[in-house]
Amino acid sequence: MIAIEFLVNFTLLGFLLATALVISRTNRLFQSVMLFGIYSLLTAGLFVVLDAVDVAFTEAAVGTCISTILMLSALSLTGSRREVAMHRKSPALALGVSIALGAALAVGIMDMPEFADPNAPANLHVAPYYLTDSVSEIGIPNVVTSVLASYRGYDTLGEVVVIFTAGIGVIALLAGRTGKRDED
Amino acid sequence: MKHHLILQVVAKALIPFILLFALYVQFHGDYGPGGGFQAGVIFGAAFILYGIVFGKDVAMKVVPPSLVYTTASLGVLLYTGVGVAGMLLGGEFLNYSVLSKDAVDGQHHGILLIEFGVGITVASVMIALFLSYANYRVTEPGEGE
Repeated sequence: MIAIEFLVNFTLLGFLLATALVISRTNRLFQSVMLFGIYSLLTAGLFVVLDAVDVAFTEAAVGTCISTILMLSALSLTGSRREVAMHRKSPALALGVSIALGAALAVGIMDMPEFADPNAPANLHVAPYYLTDSVSEIGIPNVVTSVLASYRGYDTLGEVVVIFTAGIGVIALLAGRTGKRDED
Repeated sequence: MKHHLILQVVAKALIPFILLFALYVQFHGDYGPGGGFQAGVIFGAAFILYGIVFGKDVAMKVVPPSLVYTTASLGVLLYTGVGVAGMLLGGEFLNYSVLSKDAVDGQHHGILLIEFGVGITVASVMIALFLSYANYRVTEPGEGE
C-alpha cells in the first residue's frame, strides 16, 4: 500500500517538476498556457493523494479548465503569437538568488512539524473542538463544510463578495466593448 | 467549430453528467467532499465546454449575459439575506441556529441556503467571465471603426 502511494507521489511530482522546467524554458505563450493547464491537472492529482478531494475538484475545474480557457481567450484577443524575448544576460545572479532562497526554505522546512502530526500547533488550536463538537452543534458529518459555512461564515461571505467583485471588474472592463489591436 | 463533429457529439453526451455532478457536489456537500464553490466552478466549466464547442452565439441563447449578471448578484443577496434573517429572528449576523425551532436544524438549513448562494454566484461569475472574453471584439489595424 505504501509502495503504491510512493510510486504515485513520485510519478506525479516527477511530471510536475518536468512540466515546471519546460515552462521555464519555453518562450511561446501558447505553449506556456497549455503547460500550466497540465501543471494544474497534476496538482489536482496530488490533492487527491493528500485526501483533499474537494480542493482537487476546484483545482481541476478552475486551474485546468477555466483559467486555461480564459488565458487562451486573452491570447487570441491580444493576438500575441510572438515569442517572448529571453534574457541574454548571465544567469549567475538569478541562479544564486534562487539557490539561496531554496536553501533557506529547506532549512525552514526542517523546523516544520511532520506532515499530519497530531501534535502540530495547527492541529491543537481550534481543530479538536471542531472535530469533537461540530457534529452535535451543526449536525452534519462533513466538518469542512461546518467550518466553512457556519463557524467561519464571515470569511466565506467575504470570499463570495471577492469573487463577485472580481466578476464585476472584468465585466466592466470587457463586456459590450470593442478594442483596437495595436500595430506591431 | 463547424467541422468538429466528434467533439460536439462527445460534449453533448458529457455535459448533462457534468451538470448532474455539479448538483450532486452542491447538495451533497454536507455529507461528502464539496460545497458551493466546487459545485459552482464545475457547473461553470460545463457551460464553458458548451460555449467553446458550439460557439458563443448558441451558448448565449442558452444563458444570456443579462441572466448571469442577475444570478451572480442573487447569490450574494441570498447569502447576506440568510445572515440578516438570523439577525431579525434574534440572533447574530450569520447565526443559523435561530432559523429553526431546533438549533441543529437551523444550522443545517442555513448551511444549505448559503452554500446554494455561493454556488449560484460562483457559477454565474465564471460564465460571465467566459462570455465577456468571448464577446470582446478586436478590430484589426486598418479596419474601419
